[in-house]
Amino acid sequence: MAAPQQQKLKVNGPVVVTANRLTDGAVVWRTAAGGWSAELADAAVVTSAEAAIALLAGAQQRDIDAVGAYVAPVLLGADGAVAPGNLRERIRVAGPTFELPH
Amino acid sequence: MPLIENGQIIEDRFVRVTDEDALPEGVPVLIGTDRFLKEAAALKGRQAPVGIIWPNNRPIAEIAPYLDQLSLIALNFPSFRDGRAYSQARLLRERLGWTGPLRAIGNVLRDQFLLMERSGFDQVDAVKAADADAFDEAVHRYTVFYQPATPDERPSLLRQRLGRTVSGVPAGVPK
Amino acid sequence: MYVYDEFDRAFLAERVAEFRDQVGRRLSGALSEDEFKPLRLMNGVYLQLHAYMLRIAIPYGTLNSDQLRRMAYVARRYDRGYGHFTTRQNIQFNWIKLDELPEAMAALAEVGVHGIQTSGNCIRNVTTDQWAGATPGEYDDPRIWAEILRQYSTLHPEFTYLPRKFKIAITAAPQDRAAIKVHDVGLRLHRNEAGELGFEVLVGGGLGRTPFVGKLVRPFLPARDLLSYIEAIMRVYNQYGRRDNIYKARIKILVHEIGAEEFSRAVEAEWEAIREGALKMTDEMIAEIRGRFLYPDFAALTDNPPELVEALKDERFVTWHANSVHTHKVPGHAIVTISLKPVGAPPGDATADQMEVVADLADRYGFREIRVGHEQNLCLPNVAQKDLPALWAALDAAGLATPNVNHISDIIACPGLDYCALANARAIPVAQEIAKRFADLDRSRGIGRLHVNISGCINACGHHHVGHIGILGVEKNGQEFYQITLGGRADEKAQLGTLLGPAVSYEQVPDLIEDVVDTYMELRAGPQELFIDTVARLGVEPFKERVYAAH
Repeated sequence: MAAPQQQKLKVNGPVVVTANRLTDGAVVWRTAAGGWSAELADAAVVTSAEAAIALLAGAQQRDIDAVGAYVAPVLLGADGAVAPGNLRERIRVAGPTFELPH
Repeated sequence: MPLIENGQIIEDRFVRVTDEDALPEGVPVLIGTDRFLKEAAALKGRQAPVGIIWPNNRPIAEIAPYLDQLSLIALNFPSFRDGRAYSQARLLRERLGWTGPLRAIGNVLRDQFLLMERSGFDQVDAVKAADADAFDEAVHRYTVFYQPATPDERPSLLRQRLGRTVSGVPAGVPK
Repeated sequence: MYVYDEFDRAFLAERVAEFRDQVGRRLSGALSEDEFKPLRLMNGVYLQLHAYMLRIAIPYGTLNSDQLRRMAYVARRYDRGYGHFTTRQNIQFNWIKLDELPEAMAALAEVGVHGIQTSGNCIRNVTTDQWAGATPGEYDDPRIWAEILRQYSTLHPEFTYLPRKFKIAITAAPQDRAAIKVHDVGLRLHRNEAGELGFEVLVGGGLGRTPFVGKLVRPFLPARDLLSYIEAIMRVYNQYGRRDNIYKARIKILVHEIGAEEFSRAVEAEWEAIREGALKMTDEMIAEIRGRFLYPDFAALTDNPPELVEALKDERFVTWHANSVHTHKVPGHAIVTISLKPVGAPPGDATADQMEVVADLADRYGFREIRVGHEQNLCLPNVAQKDLPALWAALDAAGLATPNVNHISDIIACPGLDYCALANARAIPVAQEIAKRFADLDRSRGIGRLHVNISGCINACGHHHVGHIGILGVEKNGQEFYQITLGGRADEKAQLGTLLGPAVSYEQVPDLIEDVVDTYMELRAGPQELFIDTVARLGVEPFKERVYAAH
């Protein structure tokens, strides 16, 4: 799970473009409408390198909404539900894997 | 790219000439180091002022024999994150005794103006016009500094004791 | 503790104003992310997996109770009610918002706390022994010299855009608790034969993907020449350190590539030109900084007062006292370590409530002073021995009296993949599971001193190379794997650990560590032989045979 921003783009399955919102750092996903959403379910899912590059390029055009955009894998359920595709992305969706101090 | 000297936007008298082009007569020129070193002897006879762009990966001490011939030294920031020219500037001012104009060129941005000024630059070639407008604010953001640097700064605790000199001027004199 | 004056307060307020302006320009788009990133980093602001992270400096590990209370306030008001103490005498808040950061920084600046130069390619927070000024046998209080370096390095015009980050650590005691040999510059304060105070100077130590133990470049540097010599080192590094490859940009690579002798020669040549110049410190100037450190007005007390003797009839208190209380240089007093490693909790985390408890206890029993050590624990450096029973009871009630200091469950761990954008694998849950395996105090006491260090990637923020047992998380085909090293140490005999064998999966790590420990228990020459000494005597082979045979 090397920092995805440094990886070369290989697309062997469904992917999304994700980033962090500038104002608060919250995890966001690129939508098909060219905006950002804090819900993975709203993300535009693409399956080819060309489409991923295009989605990423759109996401990187303005850097005052979200920063550090990169392509991340997702899993598609039988019902079309989108789930994060690796541990790093699962943690970005669900938070740390242990109970936070309180 | 507005050129700022001591807080004022000034006109750039110097014409930048590439290594291939002929030097125009009668105008101040700013040329690269390789060309300068190659033509140094011939340039001695030139009437109009000569400035040099010294690269940030070449020891600045090598410029010493030529200082008398120069009217401007420009040091390069290929990226604002590459800070080699700060050391070159200090060495020029404090070790080599350069008192002429010292210009910061390259990726020169507002948030580094103060560091440049304190390292001995008196000219900055700003990338963004808005940054040039903010020069005064940018270099006066701090009223106190921990280290001794340019002579007119308000002294710090360390500085009062240390009083580093710039351009041969004793620093650390409390205002 | 050091008392900030008008000068320091003015500087901090101006720094906050500058950052507020920079955030404003970033939010408006006047600054791009590329332009803004180094600026925010130099104020301690990272962008991590879930949010921004703010790293606050605790210069030379010293805090007063008001500062700790303010950290609790920031944790509650701007974060999620807790903070994480790091291996470099910093605290991190993990859930902070960019648009609220200037406000949080202003709140911290009011009590003299800031995140300046806790990241970025500049001279970082100078660290030292958390027992400084309290432990017997010191040549001087190293914090005075750390403070001189703090002032010198703060917003240094020449050295703010170095090839890479630059970390300096100082020790002044025979035992090195500051890990100076794995810093870019390590300074060991001592006296020469003539009785003069000076530094042994090590350069080029560090961990990360290319770990090195620092190399000696000068056996004795007169103390008053510290700044000119550091300036000479910085100037050589700033000009000649590599900038073509981020992984080769640290000073350790420069020292390695040109050799310590050649590096030293270049530094000495530069130093010759400036040593008698403006940076030479006078006795008066040093005395002025020394004078801004306030020391407790210790009462004339004797060791082992009746309150302590009485409390030592309680077995739980005895256990804690033997583990967490250390000898003080003033009779009748003690240094107390507060473990931030309760079994099953994230190592080094403290809740806002716990910070306030510690602040209150520092007021009541510790001359208002708190320390932070690189082991990610807190410390009350100045406690009267007669107050130890009451202090213990209060700590115990707050879950802060786990007597596991220097035990296998006193694990150093980086935030890992649970928080960090650079990590490859998790570190905190691995630490939690190992600590649970060794939760039995009799067992962990029987094992004795054993440092486990866990990093979630090769950047080595958990200092795994210098753990007695080091654990490095790596990624293989999308799965977390962990490499184990044995025999590293961060103290005055610092050395890098030796790889035990092939990496194992996340699930296998706790069993493997138990096997390593069981092997040690069988092979050790006796209960007095520490884990690290058994590994030194036998090497890793016997461990390797046993551990991998079992898996």
